[in-house]
Amino acid sequence: MSSAMSAARSDDVSAVVILLDVNPYFWGTKTSTGFTFEQFFQHVLVFINCILLLSHLNQVTVIAMGASACTFLYDSAAIDGTASGRSKRDKQPESRSTTITQKLQEFVKKDEAAETNLAPVENQFSNLSGSLSMALCYIQRILRKPTAPPQPRILCVQGFPDAPQQYIAVMNSIFSAQRCSVPIDACIVGSQHSAFLQQASHITGGIYMKPPQPEGLFQYLMMVFATDLYSRQFLQLPRSAGVDFRASCFCHKRTIDMGFVCSVCLSIFCKHHKACSTCGANFNVKKGGQKRKQPSS
Amino acid sequence: MLSVEDDGDVEAEEAGRDMEAYERAYADDRSWEDLQEDESGRLRVVDVAQQQRQHRKRVAAMAGAHIQRGIIRYLYLLVDLSRAAGEMDFRPSRMGVVANCVEAFVREFFDQNPLSHLGIITLHNGVAQCLTDLSGSPETHIRALRANLECAGDASIQNAIDLARGLLCQIPTYAHRETLLIFSALSTCDPGDILEAVRRCKDANIRCSVVGLAAEIYICKLLCEQTGGNYSVATSETHLKDLIMEHAPPPPVLAESAVASLVRMGFPQRGAEDAVALCVCHGEVKMGGGYICPCCKARVCELPTECHICGLMLVSSPHLARSYHHLFPVPHFEELEGTAMANGRESEFKLCYGCQQKLPFPGGEVSGVRLVCPRCRQHFCYDCDLYIHESLHNCPGCESISSTSSLPDLQN
Ligand SMILES: [Zn+2]
Ligand SMILES: [Zn+2]
Ligand SMILES: [Zn+2]
Ligand SMILES: [Zn+2]
Ligand SMILES: [Zn+2]
Ligand SMILES: [Zn+2]
Repeated sequence: MSSAMSAARSDDVSAVVILLDVNPYFWGTKTSTGFTFEQFFQHVLVFINCILLLSHLNQVTVIAMGASACTFLYDSAAIDGTASGRSKRDKQPESRSTTITQKLQEFVKKDEAAETNLAPVENQFSNLSGSLSMALCYIQRILRKPTAPPQPRILCVQGFPDAPQQYIAVMNSIFSAQRCSVPIDACIVGSQHSAFLQQASHITGGIYMKPPQPEGLFQYLMMVFATDLYSRQFLQLPRSAGVDFRASCFCHKRTIDMGFVCSVCLSIFCKHHKACSTCGANFNVKKGGQKRKQPSS
Repeated sequence: MLSVEDDGDVEAEEAGRDMEAYERAYADDRSWEDLQEDESGRLRVVDVAQQQRQHRKRVAAMAGAHIQRGIIRYLYLLVDLSRAAGEMDFRPSRMGVVANCVEAFVREFFDQNPLSHLGIITLHNGVAQCLTDLSGSPETHIRALRANLECAGDASIQNAIDLARGLLCQIPTYAHRETLLIFSALSTCDPGDILEAVRRCKDANIRCSVVGLAAEIYICKLLCEQTGGNYSVATSETHLKDLIMEHAPPPPVLAESAVASLVRMGFPQRGAEDAVALCVCHGEVKMGGGYICPCCKARVCELPTECHICGLMLVSSPHLARSYHHLFPVPHFEELEGTAMANGRESEFKLCYGCQQKLPFPGGEVSGVRLVCPRCRQHFCYDCDLYIHESLHNCPGCESISSTSSLPDLQN
């Protein structure tokens, strides 16, 4: 009876897009807790299977974010679409895990190959902006479906710290998610808090959590992030422990909590400049003096 | 806003579409064969690609030229609540319709102009009254206007602009001073020389705009012309709403109206939900939320504000970031046609890079246009193109080539 009810209403059917941090620069360095990538990946695989078992209408899409690229690893809707002709019994959880693992191996190889000619290790980060943009494009496709689309949400499992140079792109994605009311949940497995994801969950109404013990990742995922949006109102979910609203300066891409803002275009700088490098406005002109330079753009 | 060429294009297209149905030749183009039933049984035109092309063209024309806009605005909304506002030619009354429009306008104004401030002045009984002070919270203004929706007496434009000018003269020089008068009456009842008041507004660099409800009035026209504002008269309820909403996006900067400056600002952190602290703005003990000044660590309740202790301007950084997509727009995607569609790399470009949807191919089962980003050369479908340019403002492909180029080259 309960299954009949859940089939009738679409507000507790979820389409979860999981952004998985598979950056080798993060997982390659020894984490203090000794939580390895194999363990992490196992936990996530079991979690994916659990979401799909919660309701047969649930959808899961997995996007891997690497050091430079990002790619779709798995899409339960696409697999179902092609397998519909074949026997439904083919889709064992084991085969799902192997598909994801295979795709991941291909991706990591490609990502590594693309990475060799890039920046040194200390300038590394995971491609959050790219994977968020991809996830939102994909969610638009779900929302375009004519018949009662499932409720989409994004879960970001991030390890690497934020990349200040992605600031604008990440913020653009957050505002777009807010406009189509897609919550962004965040689970941080790294050692540092993520200011981007704190803002993302604050603005879009998602949940932000940094598990104190990453070895128990699966339990955290199940208890906090597996519930659909409708059921969340009945749960006591972790409350926000503050949001880091710091911004990145446009000149050095540093994270700052105080800075100078151009009154014409709102660009943020960490130091006083003579002219705005974004819009060309000149800050030295006194009122009533010569006209401000009109930028050609 | 549109450049001359764009205008011509749009007109040519309009002319094509405006041909009367009986003027077209149907027998030759057999348009009924272009219809097809889709999954849900609805009729659909088959030439999707052509439709999509036309829509893209319209969107591109609307985007127009990029105008530099001053974004920090201080605007007084002058709402006429004289006897004339009680007239019922608009339903339920002019006043009621204006209140609805103002509500929508105030929300849109703060969405499009982060950091800007707005206040409301009402005109009734021959006097002007300041209903709300300049502030950044939309709810206060909406509530105050709804609570004071009574009309009486005459309207005085002179009193209103004099009051607004006095208040706007106190604001910082980098900001744009504006007033927007929503005028129902056909006359103004002034205590002195209104032309002198208009001149003083002009000298104070205040841009005055008027939206009329009744008919065009000479003094309103003069006021707008002298101060560089916009004058328009509404012919219907929807027209009124459109006219008022036109004032929500920032106006093109008048070269001398404000001085560019670097403003020192702080980006406070939001406190934990269960923290207890004494706020400096109300002097009360508050539980949860609140923002902490990065300079002196005082706690304030709302943003944007000025820190009461150290005077630092405190803003929420996401508020600023909302307008950054204007500064770094996504390049316009180009359409790929015919043989150029895949360049032999068919397996690589079978799916849309954004949504993994199958892309159209010559002879394939999917119809529509195929678009390519000029920067990252990834292929996208029509739906993603619209979404990326209208809402997301990021190209997923460009974000993935090399994340270091996420903030575009500033020298460029
Ligand atoms: Zn800097
Ligand atoms: Zn600037
Ligand atoms: Zn307070
Ligand atoms: Zn302070
Ligand atoms: Zn697409
Ligand atoms: Zn691109």
